[in-house]
Amino acid sequence: MSAFRTATGGRIDRSRVIEFEFDGVRYTGLAGDTLASALLANGVHLMGRSFKYHRPRGVLGAGAEEPNALVGVWRDEARYTPNLRATTVELYAGLKAESQNRSPSLTVDKGSVNSLLSPFIPAGFYYKTFMWPKGAWKSLYEPAIREAAGLGRAPRLADPDRYGNRHAHCDVLVIGAGPAGIAAARAAAAAGASVILCDEQAEFGGSLLADPTAEIDGQPAAQWLAASLAELSAASRVTLLGRTTAFGYFPHNHVGLNQKLTDHLDKPAEGAIRERLWQVRASQVLIAQGAIERPLVFPGNDLPGILLASAARTYLNRYGVRVGEQIAVVTAHDAAYQTAFELKAAGAGIAVIADVRADVDAALLEQAAGLGITVRRAATVLGTTGKLRVTGLVLGSVSGEAVQAGDTIACDAVIMSGGFTPSVHLHSQSRGKLEWQPALGAFVPGEAAEATLSAGACRGVFGLAAVLNDGAAQGAAAATAAGHGAGVRTYQASEAARHGGGFLGALPQPGGKPGKKAFLDWQNDVTTRDIALAIREGFVSVEHVKRYTTNGMATDQGKTSNMNALALVAATLGKPIPECGLTTFRMPYTPVTFGSFAGYSRGDLFEPVRRTAIHDWAREHGAVFEDVGAWKRARYFPRGGEDMHEAVNRECIALRHGCGIFDASTLGKIEVVGPDAATFLERLYVNSWANLKVGRSRYGILCREDGFVYDDGVIARLAEDRFHVTTTTGGAARVYAFMEDYLQTEWQDLRVWLTSITEQYSVIAVQGPNARRVLEPLIEGVDLSATALPHMGVATGRILGVPMRLFRVSFTGELGFEVNVPADYGRAVWEAIFASGESHGIVPYGTEAMHVLRAEKGYIIVGQETDGTLTPDDAGLGWAIGRQKADFVGKRSLARASMQTADRKQLVGLRTVDPAVVLEEGAQIVDSPGQTPPMRLIGHVTSSYHSAVLGHSIALAVVRGGRARLGHTLYVPMPEGDIPVTVTSTVFYDADGARLHG
Amino acid sequence: MQRYSALSIFHRGLSGHESWRPQWRRAAPKAAYDAVIVGGGGHGLGTAYYLASVHGLTNIAVLEKGWVGGGNTGRNTTIIRSNYLFDESAALYNHALKLWEDLSQVLNYNVMYSARGVMMLAHNVHDVQVAKRHIHANRCNGVDNEWLTPEQAKEFCPPLNISDNIRYPVLGAALQRRGGTARHDAVAWGYARAADALGVDIIENCEVTGFRKDAHGAIEAVETSRGLITTRKVGVVAAGNTSAVMRLADVRLPLESFPLQALVSEPVKPAFPCVVMSNTIHAYISQSDKGELVIGAGTDAYTSYTQRGGLHINTHTLDAICELFPMFRRMQMLRNWGGIVDVTPDRSPIIAKTPVKGLYVNCGWGTGGFKATPGSAHVFAHTIANDEPHPINAPFNIERFRDGFLIDEAAAAAVAH
Amino acid sequence: MLQIQCPYCGVRPESEFAYGGEAHIARPTDPSTLNDDQWAEFLYMRTNTKGVHAERWRHARGCNRFFNALRDTTSDRFLAFYRTGEPRPVLAGGKP
Repeated sequence: MSAFRTATGGRIDRSRVIEFEFDGVRYTGLAGDTLASALLANGVHLMGRSFKYHRPRGVLGAGAEEPNALVGVWRDEARYTPNLRATTVELYAGLKAESQNRSPSLTVDKGSVNSLLSPFIPAGFYYKTFMWPKGAWKSLYEPAIREAAGLGRAPRLADPDRYGNRHAHCDVLVIGAGPAGIAAARAAAAAGASVILCDEQAEFGGSLLADPTAEIDGQPAAQWLAASLAELSAASRVTLLGRTTAFGYFPHNHVGLNQKLTDHLDKPAEGAIRERLWQVRASQVLIAQGAIERPLVFPGNDLPGILLASAARTYLNRYGVRVGEQIAVVTAHDAAYQTAFELKAAGAGIAVIADVRADVDAALLEQAAGLGITVRRAATVLGTTGKLRVTGLVLGSVSGEAVQAGDTIACDAVIMSGGFTPSVHLHSQSRGKLEWQPALGAFVPGEAAEATLSAGACRGVFGLAAVLNDGAAQGAAAATAAGHGAGVRTYQASEAARHGGGFLGALPQPGGKPGKKAFLDWQNDVTTRDIALAIREGFVSVEHVKRYTTNGMATDQGKTSNMNALALVAATLGKPIPECGLTTFRMPYTPVTFGSFAGYSRGDLFEPVRRTAIHDWAREHGAVFEDVGAWKRARYFPRGGEDMHEAVNRECIALRHGCGIFDASTLGKIEVVGPDAATFLERLYVNSWANLKVGRSRYGILCREDGFVYDDGVIARLAEDRFHVTTTTGGAARVYAFMEDYLQTEWQDLRVWLTSITEQYSVIAVQGPNARRVLEPLIEGVDLSATALPHMGVATGRILGVPMRLFRVSFTGELGFEVNVPADYGRAVWEAIFASGESHGIVPYGTEAMHVLRAEKGYIIVGQETDGTLTPDDAGLGWAIGRQKADFVGKRSLARASMQTADRKQLVGLRTVDPAVVLEEGAQIVDSPGQTPPMRLIGHVTSSYHSAVLGHSIALAVVRGGRARLGHTLYVPMPEGDIPVTVTSTVFYDADGARLHG
Repeated sequence: MQRYSALSIFHRGLSGHESWRPQWRRAAPKAAYDAVIVGGGGHGLGTAYYLASVHGLTNIAVLEKGWVGGGNTGRNTTIIRSNYLFDESAALYNHALKLWEDLSQVLNYNVMYSARGVMMLAHNVHDVQVAKRHIHANRCNGVDNEWLTPEQAKEFCPPLNISDNIRYPVLGAALQRRGGTARHDAVAWGYARAADALGVDIIENCEVTGFRKDAHGAIEAVETSRGLITTRKVGVVAAGNTSAVMRLADVRLPLESFPLQALVSEPVKPAFPCVVMSNTIHAYISQSDKGELVIGAGTDAYTSYTQRGGLHINTHTLDAICELFPMFRRMQMLRNWGGIVDVTPDRSPIIAKTPVKGLYVNCGWGTGGFKATPGSAHVFAHTIANDEPHPINAPFNIERFRDGFLIDEAAAAAVAH
Repeated sequence: MLQIQCPYCGVRPESEFAYGGEAHIARPTDPSTLNDDQWAEFLYMRTNTKGVHAERWRHARGCNRFFNALRDTTSDRFLAFYRTGEPRPVLAGGKP
């Protein structure tokens, strides 16, 4: 057993020795250790290097507040985690940790040259330099700074671990399982409230875990703790969440908890969930976060071996580790005395207790004297000695304003206490107000913004009995507020430590000047001189001080530094602390893994894919898919090594000469039903609907109120009071919401009901001169002849006995039908049609061929030809507008003068002078060749393809005043030169529509 | 103004940095100014700087209700780019980008503009079409923006996952090499210092409580929490609070204010070389000089002035980032924060005169105002000084909404058909 | 994630709802009688209230009904929920 491990005591399991590695050196610890306690037990204080000056640093705290001892933990290469606090890393067998921000090693670090340069790199120095020569910032200075900055290294491989997510509701969420939290949870549970009690640590108990002599209700605190936890875990309406940090307080009592499940295990089970995000909605949130001890600010206060007194007590009593052999104590608070006494009792030497205060409780002095411990009152610290470990404490004495230099006390550790800062983080995150308590020298929770209560040290209540009783009272209050009336019980308790005193700011130095290297923010290397400089340079708001010096912006987010810095700012400005304000508390309370936010949402579960009923058939037939919204759509069906263009050319030709089959199921479909259905569409779409006969359909255009094209689709009238509306694939959900909006909020007079039927129907487009022949044998009850079912005709009937809505529509310009059948029959009907078509040369075609075919006909695609800035007329669809209608959505906007001008961008066709050249979609258009940037752009190419059927390229474009430029030559300026193009009609194929009506 | 340089730091360092003076004076409001800027963010301070340096108006004040740079200037993800689609936007943002390029030297303040490249990913055919349209339009407008294949994209940004068996495979990317980042605080402070040196009063903790107009309805004074200030010209640059300020002058604007959240990870050694944005997956990421991964996404759904939003916005942002960069799953969020972004119907800004004579407004930057800071400030100063817009900001007027001349970048990026 | 009380279904998390913008902006019954300024007012002008805001929500992943709410945009606290077509409630203290 190491020299620093006590013989007895603590909550570690002395029977289980655990091997681990730190920086390649093998050590042993005990089950129950943290990495920090195990290293301290081995006499290792040096655990890290600071951010800016690369100063050697030891562990400062024993918990989440730790700014110094940051390590990378390596389970395997894909499970490397940087920047973990050694104080919260639980030891497991085989743990490998490495120190960070040093090269080549912790003891010899090239970066420590920064510390020598520190007189010339004060706060904000980088704003004043690195400006010459221009461009050197990016090429020279910045790379060097980036290399020096950062802490650990980022993981390099994809993280294989899983993360979970759970939503929970409760009457009372208790945050923190120290004495206040446990008493609160007991009280709330006793009242019948459902309770979630969470604590960031592996073990519940908070301060009780480091207080072996405390008694509660006449029994040792440990016994009370065990009994209380047994009671709570037996309670059916209580959920206990260990290793669970409440990191964020969101509106309406929504609290985010991060639960760590596997990081402490020797060998986590395969596929085990590493962390779980709990999203808790609580009627009442009871915060019992405790308080964090403040360090004292004096020159050289950052040497390894200097740490918080409460941390030393935790290491001693919880982990059985003495932090040194000869320990100096610097304190402004009574509690550190008890730590000194306990360390002394555990065999450590106490070199001195230097108390900042002149007046110290006589009982404490008497007790110290009884143990042979020297106490210096009205003391200050002028410096420390040592390089990689503290070797001495240079004391001074304070008399009025004067500071006298004193002697140097030899020691191998210094423990310090500036008093305790209540953890108001979550209360503040919830937007509750904070109140300054002058007697306490601390901000405590004031008026709440949510249903929030605080209990115990986090609201400035100290002393075990007071904390327990506060917890019990607040727990009962929370339960009552949540509707479970509760009585209040009281506890009797005693503890050895006293609670009084405290100090804010920097310890006095000779001449009233800030001392050298007196650190406020350990990790970011912010000193008292930096604060002074910031104020000298006019950064007087605390937010400015923070940003200019980076105080409080390290990974501990100022848990140990913010109050001292604030006090220093206030003192420098001669203003009371509350007038200086506090920087905002933001989530997370402690850093939270990205993966736990993402949770299950990864891979297949990251935005689930939508597939049609025919998807698998397409996959089996070699389709290449594309993402369209959340859908997978077959893009083309290559055969025998074809590339996309070859496949598309073949599909197009086959369709124009025979027949093609296409899965159009992703199109949005909305059934509009009711006596006023026609009126509804009349008001909504630009077209006229009242005159649409039953059994007919019409191409509809929907605008937003601003007059720009929003969506389009064919709308069929199935009955007087029943319309089948189709939308674009991407527009389905928003058009449906759009319709509901008008129906529910503007036109409540209309008797219309909307149903989204997108997923209820498979839509099979059968297109081409043979389409009728392919379908006819399969269909019952519908005459497919051109006279009975002309272009845009609609009928209902059966196909293979399956109910069907049959549309004679075409997005290809050929004779075409769209077969709508219930989605469950989609694949079967598709296969039957395909089989029927095989003798007629049927081919499956994908979205790419569909795009070419429709472009040959000049049919637009909303979102490709239009982009939210085109009116129907711009898109060449002015003919569709019901001119005689008094109103429709967008009509008033279209009446604005700017919507009528001749130079609006209008849809036209383009032919390249060289028929082999296919323009690039998105290419820009100018009206004269040889322009140089900035050019006078008059439009752009919206669609462009090689047309196999026509034997030349075709393109659609929007061009300013385009329709007046028919026949003109325009130019598409490309990096290789201008491509001349001729403006044409948008219809390239079968201009008179003979094939369509065949 | 004390010159800043390595030499001056060394020199003053020898005497313990005792001789540095405030970067700007803590000015008290005077009774009258030639012009008053309401809002001490980057755009407002920059406007004051250009009013003084370009237009010679030095008897002016910037009124800030809190501390300078405390609004969206200090809360954004510092992305700079100019590869906008429409000619009007490209002109405005490229004007800004040109000013960024030597802003540190002009202000003698290192704003750390770093042209590390902004890469916008395309994940589907529609994205590719939109990206290419941008690239062609940008090229013809003299704005750099180039197409990268997935392999080229990965070469530029090695952490990128370009395998084709992920939910949204990377089909390519549009890269603007001159795009990048800058240090947000430095922009506010650099402009404040430079404006102050020209005589501009920067007045913090001074909230505007009202406007006074003369018999003709023109601005004649501003009422503030620190007294009445007489002036004939007021430029309001109040971001999320613009509606509230302008209401004091009875001017209504087509604005809504939404919470926008962003977050940083703990700092790590260099792991991410550029800025990557994905509109389809909806997130963006870069790494700061300090080493933090800086990540943002879209706004919360509802209007709010609380400077905070919901947890679900963060979960969606980070699931997207983890999907694109699965090695970052074990990185830890250090800090999340919220700003208030004012959004116009076409998501383009308003930089314009208002119906009230002497009252000018610069607002509506939505989620993208930081990148425009120098350009916006420069043309707004021109507008105030001349009572006429600069040609670059002329299209960004208020009347465009009435007349239908929207500059709708978002609609042009459209949604899949 | 806000907690929203659908007047038809009860209290549900925000993820079930779609925000619908400012409430009580009725579409003019005869837009053709408005001049461009008046029309633009309807199309685009919003109060963007810093304080109590009347707004629309749709229970998109529930009953799909639109309804209105009063919410304080400085705290995000809801003060009232009411059905479409009902007048804006007068809050205690007489403040609209």
